[in-house]
Amino acid sequence: MTQACLDDLLRQLAPQVLGAVIRRFGDFSAAEDAVQEALLAAALHWPAEGVPASPRAWLIQAAGHRMTDQIRSDQARRRREQAAARERAAAEVTDRDDTLKLLFMCCHPALTTPSAIALTLRAVGGLTTAEIASAFLVPEATMAQRISRAKQRIKSSGVPFGMPAPADWAPRLRAVLHVLYLVFNEGYTSSAGQQLHRPELSGEAIRLARMVHQLLPADGEVGGLLALMLLTDARRPARVGPGGELIPLAEQDRTCWDQRLIAEGTAVLTQGLATGVVGEYQVQAMIAALHDEAGRVEDTDWAQILALYGLLERMTGNPMVTLNRAIAAAMVTGPAAGLQLLEQLDGPLAGHYRLAAVRAHLYEMAGDTQAAIAHYRAAAARTTSIPEQQYLATRAARLQR
Amino acid sequence: MTKFLLLQNYEGGEGSQLPMTEWAPGDIRAHIDFQQALNAELISTGELVDAQGLAGPELAKIVTFAGVGPPVVTDGPFLESKEFLAGYRMVDVESEARAIEIAARASAAPGPGGVPIQQPIEVRQVMGAPAADL
Repeated sequence: MTQACLDDLLRQLAPQVLGAVIRRFGDFSAAEDAVQEALLAAALHWPAEGVPASPRAWLIQAAGHRMTDQIRSDQARRRREQAAARERAAAEVTDRDDTLKLLFMCCHPALTTPSAIALTLRAVGGLTTAEIASAFLVPEATMAQRISRAKQRIKSSGVPFGMPAPADWAPRLRAVLHVLYLVFNEGYTSSAGQQLHRPELSGEAIRLARMVHQLLPADGEVGGLLALMLLTDARRPARVGPGGELIPLAEQDRTCWDQRLIAEGTAVLTQGLATGVVGEYQVQAMIAALHDEAGRVEDTDWAQILALYGLLERMTGNPMVTLNRAIAAAMVTGPAAGLQLLEQLDGPLAGHYRLAAVRAHLYEMAGDTQAAIAHYRAAAARTTSIPEQQYLATRAARLQR
Repeated sequence: MTKFLLLQNYEGGEGSQLPMTEWAPGDIRAHIDFQQALNAELISTGELVDAQGLAGPELAKIVTFAGVGPPVVTDGPFLESKEFLAGYRMVDVESEARAIEIAARASAAPGPGGVPIQQPIEVRQVMGAPAADL
């Protein structure tokens, strides 16, 4: 077995093993440490000794031994008794449920979002603390603390390892999907440093979304999120120029888009839409699919996109959606319509660079060069991204000449 | 999460205009303990990226490319030495509000007699992600 295959196998098994150990012993924090040690032992021994017949059972047993050692050495007879009681009480469930329960636990609303993200990548994604720290460009000690606080929080607020009650199911699943969405975004837009993308994070988000989709194939929003990620990631190769500069959708070389990802995303989306109920991620994925389907920018079905943004706006009430609807409106009926729509955003998005950037684009479309330059400059001064700042400044400079 | 740089220069705050070299030894110790405790706390909350103090303006050099020939290197003493950067913290936090909260703590560092020096802390957001074209 190659190193890469072994890594894949271990990461695929990590959440299943952790889930099984938590179910048996109850203590998330200790179980997490024990599983990390078992994974490390496997990475050390398997290349030389060969992969055992049942790798999952081997790992659960190895982690279980460590847990038992831990419990013994902790001179805590009471804890051992409690653990044994929990072990007896725990009903037999499948691996599938363990992975889902682990996700629900890591994305529990009692945790702050950054904690939930870090814990999900570590416990469900099987990434090491060092890998997570490097992905978010913070020191390992800082990330270790973030993870350890998250575990502490789970312990102190009694977050259960279990499926949410039926009434809680929808909001809890939404929290899980939101965490995966943020991990994808972090990788796709790379909020740290000058780099535009960190594919390892977007790849990890896609891997986890695929896993959830396999576990809950009938849930339209899970499919919607996976489709949205695939349809967005398909455009990644065309999003950055040779000098690392940002290339907007309208100017991308569409022959570089990944047709395999587009086909897969479209299939997942179509399958999910058959369930009838349509959620936010599905609508966003439908918009992404419409962009991806257009071989040339002028082939884009803006009328449909406009209608979908209208739907999304009613579902979310998010002013950022209105901003996108204004762009679509400009493409369908001209820049004046878009500029008019933007007026209602002066309150909710006051001072936001994206409002200025969209205004600049629409003024440029309308041929009002002076207003476009002023808004491009205002947007460049307020953006918090270097590639975007360069893009907006260049845009203004081009009009100035 | 967003990274912010919290900058402080040598300019004394409202609390004290006295340079640290003229403080009582115990007050200097208390000030350093305060800074270290704040750093330890920010590590434990998983928010500290880096914290550094810089050597004084006495050691500063200002380097300017001069076109032809060697660059111009200016030594101190500098007239505006109070405007020099004394140190910084980089934090990775959930919101600007949290960065401001940490800056407010730093500005409350004790000076002579344990009185907060109320040094102004500049809070600057580090450039990050462009918006996703999702």
